Amino acid sequence: MGCDSWKAKLDTYLDGELPAEEMRPFAEHVRGCPTCAADALARVQMKRSVQAAGKRFTPSAEFRKRMQKSIEAKPRKRNFGFAWVLASAVVATLLVIGFAANNRNGARGRAEQSYSEVADLHVATLASSAPVDVISTDRHTVKPWFQGKIPFAFDLPELQNTEFSLLGARMTYLDQVPGAHLIYEVGKHRISVFIFQQGALRGDFDDNSGAKKKLSFNLETWEQGGLRYFVIGDASAGEITKLSNLFKSIAS
Amino acid sequence: MPLFDQLYNFAHWLTQNREEAEDLVQETFTKALRGFSSFQLGTNFRAWMYRILRNTFLTSRTGLRATMTVPLEAEDDGPELAVESDTPETILIERSNSHLLQSAIDELPVLFREVILLCEIEEMSYEEIAETLSVPIGTVMSRMSRARKRLRESLRGSRQHSSAVKAK
Repeated sequence: MGCDSWKAKLDTYLDGELPAEEMRPFAEHVRGCPTCAADALARVQMKRSVQAAGKRFTPSAEFRKRMQKSIEAKPRKRNFGFAWVLASAVVATLLVIGFAANNRNGARGRAEQSYSEVADLHVATLASSAPVDVISTDRHTVKPWFQGKIPFAFDLPELQNTEFSLLGARMTYLDQVPGAHLIYEVGKHRISVFIFQQGALRGDFDDNSGAKKKLSFNLETWEQGGLRYFVIGDASAGEITKLSNLFKSIAS
Repeated sequence: MPLFDQLYNFAHWLTQNREEAEDLVQETFTKALRGFSSFQLGTNFRAWMYRILRNTFLTSRTGLRATMTVPLEAEDDGPELAVESDTPETILIERSNSHLLQSAIDELPVLFREVILLCEIEEMSYEEIAETLSVPIGTVMSRMSRARKRLRESLRGSRQHSSAVKAK
């Protein structure tokens, strides 16, 4: 294949979107062809420049506050409607039954929503060019980094003699609640551990049932010492449970 | 609020106006909350949110105006440009000026701008972009190629313009 044929696919290759069987021959060609290598380098520079220039707009604090208020206000409106309907006894009875069922479903729905958001946070972080704000394998460095950033403290497990290693951490938000996001590695898999204040999160979480499949990821969640933990990753269910148990064993 | 900052950035790029971007994001979250039951677990949440935002934009006055000036899909891309000593990339490095690139992105037709933003800034896969835009992957690839070509040409154009100004 001549250079022109390779070049037509260069952007697709750099986007990581070439079919697996074409990736290796393409990489070999680029390594051995100075013209294509120079072109690839130039295009990578362009990609990086676009990425940097594209992160241009940030929402104002005032708009963020307004949005948070408008979202928080929504459930209250529903309650007001419900109270009004109570005027009719028969309808009210039906509504109470309906509301109770709805509430249960709502709590479960909120938990499912939180699982989706946790999965989304995990994926978005790993896809980021700067996945962690504090890079350290030392838990004694990572834990103090959160001082003053989140409204609670937590402990990290000792990882010596385990297959897990700590890569770093960052601050995160779930349901507008600040929390800690720790990233671990096992083999080639990255696992996220999220920690939030239990009382601040809404949802009927499914505790202590071991790792379960959520959006193709394995996820385990539990409450411990007033904190809600989520452990999520594409590692096996056994590895997710093992890392979860390391956290659970700190308090016991 | 999941994806709030990213959605705002994307909305501002699409609308090119702060107030319109705020309205667009607000409407997106309202629609997402109202229609959350229609979101299917196991599908891509991020693509779902971006799709709501984009569809809302396309039905707005600014969106309708912006899409009226988009070239046809079948338009010939022309050959890939060969590497030159004075490439758009070297121009960027030379000037280390992101304003130049931001202006070039701003000038792209909205269908090209959005595909570049989703790929390079949001780092979405072609499949995810296809899901967000509700188009086949082939269309995503063709738009990406044309968007990049336009961007490079625009940067070259700005270089020639600036050289001409200096010569005067």
